[in-house]
Amino acid sequence: MIEAFDILTTASLWAAVLRIATPLIFGVLGALISERSGVLNLGIEGIMTMGAMVGWLAVYLGTGLWMGLAIAALAGAVLGLLHGFLTVGLGLSQHVTGLGITLFGSSLSYFLYRLWVQVEDLPPTIIAFKPLHIPVLSDLPFLGEAVFGQTAPTYLALILVAFTAWGLNRTPLGLALRMTGENPQAVEAQGLDPLRIRIAAVVVGSALMAIGGAFLTTVAFNSFFPTMVQGRGWICIALVVFASWKPGKALLGALLFALFDAYQLRLQHVVDGVPYQLFLMAPYVLSIVALVLVARRAQVPEALMTPYRKGER
Amino acid sequence: MRIERRQDVPWVIAALAPILAILASLCICSGLIIMAKVNPLTAYTEMFYGALGSRLAITETLTRAIPLIFTGLAAAVAFRARLWNIGAEGQFYVGALVTAWIGHGLVGELPAPFGVIVLLLGGMLAGALLLTGPALLRLHFGVDEVVTTLLLNFITILFVGMMVEGPLKDPMGFGWPQSVPVARNVMLPDLIARSRLHIGLLLAIFAAGLVWVVQSRTVFGAESRAIGLNPRAAMFAGIPLPQTLFLVALLSGGLAGLAGAVEVIGVTGYVTTTMSPGFGYTGIVVAMLAALHPAGVVAAAVFVAAIFVGADAMSRATGVPSFIADVIMSVSLLTMLTALLFANYRIKR
Repeated sequence: MIEAFDILTTASLWAAVLRIATPLIFGVLGALISERSGVLNLGIEGIMTMGAMVGWLAVYLGTGLWMGLAIAALAGAVLGLLHGFLTVGLGLSQHVTGLGITLFGSSLSYFLYRLWVQVEDLPPTIIAFKPLHIPVLSDLPFLGEAVFGQTAPTYLALILVAFTAWGLNRTPLGLALRMTGENPQAVEAQGLDPLRIRIAAVVVGSALMAIGGAFLTTVAFNSFFPTMVQGRGWICIALVVFASWKPGKALLGALLFALFDAYQLRLQHVVDGVPYQLFLMAPYVLSIVALVLVARRAQVPEALMTPYRKGER
Repeated sequence: MRIERRQDVPWVIAALAPILAILASLCICSGLIIMAKVNPLTAYTEMFYGALGSRLAITETLTRAIPLIFTGLAAAVAFRARLWNIGAEGQFYVGALVTAWIGHGLVGELPAPFGVIVLLLGGMLAGALLLTGPALLRLHFGVDEVVTTLLLNFITILFVGMMVEGPLKDPMGFGWPQSVPVARNVMLPDLIARSRLHIGLLLAIFAAGLVWVVQSRTVFGAESRAIGLNPRAAMFAGIPLPQTLFLVALLSGGLAGLAGAVEVIGVTGYVTTTMSPGFGYTGIVVAMLAALHPAGVVAAAVFVAAIFVGADAMSRATGVPSFIADVIMSVSLLTMLTALLFANYRIKR
């Protein structure tokens, strides 16, 4: 039992928390931006898969790591544009379209990977991002390993949280975006185009989701394999609700979730006689529990999932 | 010139929509086939013969269609009532697991028809129960069922893995993680000799007929459609929304569970964690291609099964990755949604 608590005091656990949280932070920010404008993007799972594949493939074919992330973002943006066109432009069901995008994004990734990459016994690998060494900070005891031993994309994710919070709450663009999610008629009355704002939000959000996926193949692992996203997209959708559509709380939710995930992974080695599947189930169960806890007082954007048609009341 | 919603969609347009959607999808996906340096016409011809070109191909396609009819019906009845059950994959697996569990023990000793009926009911009940969780969470806490049913898929498959590596592991399975087999006498008889095609096909078509009768000829059917079309108006008309939605959940989950039960006693005889190549998710595509109509579900399931079986054969012959089948499916879903939109609206001059 003591051992189970000792895990919590190891720096490697806390380093893992930030690492596991990073793809979730990208994904949850992407979903949040999109939903704040009024569009649910259930394409997230497929967009993350596409990002994971494209980001990895670009690096494998010789671009730099950052270029790989950029190309992944571009691929995500293209899928986002498709989702935006179908749900905002044509006003199709956001639920079913999103699932369609997920099926499309994943199957297209698997198809292209199989087409372009020769897989022998093991999937081919790339040289992934290395942890940044920050002078002084990285040499601190405990904190050096736990917080300042991360790779650059993790720091980028943390900066993006602050940037998104600032952008949403402190800029005219953020105000317009939030209003589009609450009352698109009022936005149009201001002379802005709610449809364009929504499509832009979905595109930007999808690019972020894809970077989250690419993190998996360029930092966490160094290869791509089917089903590697493993429901992280769906967990992001749950985290947005948990976070009540606020970036700061979304970061907190992602970190809590990652703590739980990192802890259960280590606990598996300490506790004997419990099937490992029970540990793996725990994060999914936790997501459902979190949803139940906050559902009653969730402040859903008023116009979420309501397509906007000009001139219609 | 403006666009307005049609009151009634003429049946010609309703029937043309899926055909146009599928053709559009095949056109779009031929781009991918060209990328694989194969002539799309050659590829599609190979697919056609691979799916329907021989006695073996046809029976394989129909065998593959059976679980898709059930999961397609599961999605169709739920989506009609706007209950977003994306958990058919998980419900398939619990249905399969419970069937293997009780089919191995006492039930296997029962005379065949009784044994089969008990197993089918068991699988159905398991699937139905799995969906009551998300349904109750939506009704009592307002939790969106999309996310809960999706997450439950992962939980369920892990649970199945735990069972087939633990209490239900087959000691004769050479160490493979597969469940104990069901008794031989409760396996469904073949529909056509010397093939894998079993009488589950008739069960599936019967189920589609039953769903059609329930949806078009009963009060519950009318109520479940009403809460999907306009929940507020339905409540105002005195339809008990929670009860209706709960019954829809039981029906939808039960159908998906039945898919798993029939697959176990019709094809595999036991459960593994890889027995479903996404039957649950593909059921959603089937339901949408059928425009949520039970009769359409049967046709759409056969079509989708043909694409999958045909793509395997085509992939062996031409080297185009067989994932092309999944891409064709997903693109068909998106083009079908678009086609339905145009079918439901018309341009008024």
